[in-house]
Amino acid sequence: MKRFFPSGQTLLTAIPYGWLLLFFLVPFLFVLQISFSEVEIASPPYRPLVEFADNLINISLNIGNFTFIAEDSLYADAYLSSLKVAITTTALCLLLGYPMAYAIARAEESRRNTLLMLVMLPFWTSFLVRVYAWMGLLNNEGLINQLLLNFGFIQEPLQLMHTAFSVQIVMVYTYLPFMILPLYANLVKLDGRLLEAASDLGCKPWEAFLKVTLPLSKNGIIAGSMLVFIPAVGEFVIPELVGTPEALMIGKVLWMEFFDNNNWPMAAAVTTIMLALLVLPIVLLHRREERMLAQAAARH
Amino acid sequence: MSQKISWFGKTSLGIGFFFLYAPIVILMIYSFNASKLVTVWGGFSTHWYGELFRDEAVMSALGLSLKVALLSSVMAVALGTIAGMVLARFGRFRGKSLFAGMITAPMVMPEVITGLSMLLLFVQMQQWFGFPEERGVLTIWVGHVTLCMAYVTVVIRSRLVEMDRSVEEAAMDLGARPMKVFFVITLPLIAPALASGFLLAFTLSLDDLVITAFLSGPGSTTLPQLIFSRVRLGLNPEINALATITVFVVGTLVIVANRVMARAEKKRRLLAA
Repeated sequence: MKRFFPSGQTLLTAIPYGWLLLFFLVPFLFVLQISFSEVEIASPPYRPLVEFADNLINISLNIGNFTFIAEDSLYADAYLSSLKVAITTTALCLLLGYPMAYAIARAEESRRNTLLMLVMLPFWTSFLVRVYAWMGLLNNEGLINQLLLNFGFIQEPLQLMHTAFSVQIVMVYTYLPFMILPLYANLVKLDGRLLEAASDLGCKPWEAFLKVTLPLSKNGIIAGSMLVFIPAVGEFVIPELVGTPEALMIGKVLWMEFFDNNNWPMAAAVTTIMLALLVLPIVLLHRREERMLAQAAARH
Repeated sequence: MSQKISWFGKTSLGIGFFFLYAPIVILMIYSFNASKLVTVWGGFSTHWYGELFRDEAVMSALGLSLKVALLSSVMAVALGTIAGMVLARFGRFRGKSLFAGMITAPMVMPEVITGLSMLLLFVQMQQWFGFPEERGVLTIWVGHVTLCMAYVTVVIRSRLVEMDRSVEEAAMDLGARPMKVFFVITLPLIAPALASGFLLAFTLSLDDLVITAFLSGPGSTTLPQLIFSRVRLGLNPEINALATITVFVVGTLVIVANRVMARAEKKRRLLAA
């Protein structure tokens, strides 16, 4: 294979590489650094780790933020409830999204494009609008309660807003397209002859699904699940707008530490722990995506 | 393997699409509600659309958002195209997997993390170099470019990977210089991907709330920030009107773009065959 761009390659590579290093990777070092700092009434509101005075270099690492997080159950609860919500969201998206992706992948070729666009359209329109749409539905005077009251299923409005239920349904709603797309991309490449062969060999359709389709769509399942799970862990807008004040999620805790308490070191410590939790899923996602791309490249 | 969709497939698509679209349709219907109470129907009216266009805070936030989105998506397409070429065409080099990882990560990284860490970088830079002097359009722009370029790269990279390379190779065999091959052959061939990358970047930037909240300063309020601050206080008929316009504009744009690209793709295939 011929090498493209024999000269100037390095220079070209350096532009996006440098941008991402500076604006995406290096900032995490500052997060780590400030998580070992102390809050101070100053601008910016934290004490520098390294201070120079009277010919002394003072380096002070404060682990107080982390011990505080370990001791105050509020943080552990928030991490746990975030993980719980993220896992449930992923599972529900998979349950709802897999049959959709499968049906689209098996539709006639001329209709696939339209069906796929119908999945993508909500993703393109505003995220905030999609959350807001549910606020109107779940309200005590909202459409769901009105319908239930009118048909006499309930005597007084159900409390749907600001519950675990509202957070869950809005999370599934907003994240569903992220599950369907990689699943579709994977399932559409499935060779139909494999299923025919399975059926010729006496497999019932559901057996063929379990033994052929499901294992072959493993990459898509993992990629889709990670695409939903990782951002869901740190979700802030949804718990803020439709969630309960009691069941805190960690994204909201981070936000409150930063914007309400002006405690940057604590916000940085919360972030550091969240990053540590997410490194593994991100690496997993990255590997699957590279594998799927390599498969695509091998076909050409 | 195309065939008729089974009843199970039809049912799941039906349920899925109902779930995806019913809330948006209902929100749009209620934007034409005369009553100030969003959920109580008080007759048909376009009153709130008028209010919306007279709302100066909304209009100036919209102006800022459009400006940021345009600036960010142009830069994101430029950087994303280079990054896509690097990943799809440049072969192996040291640090490639870190690079590919840094492309994937911003797309899934919870935005509170990206926003906070970028802010801390800017604060540190400000202390060391006195630049950027304050948070505002520039810092928001950097944040949006970083987020959007990742998406653009993925779109362009997958197009390049799936593309037939014989024309590029023929041009090189005939002695065209790499730069010329790129601008004369590759770029026109990936034009649809560039267009969808641009559209994606533009809408992502227009929609971003969390990263913007960390990186914006006083006096730079984008449209999502304004919507968020109002929606926090509860339902608001003006927001219904604004949301309806957003869905309508973005929807039309995406459908038209999709049609145009599908047609271009068909033509390309016919020519290739």
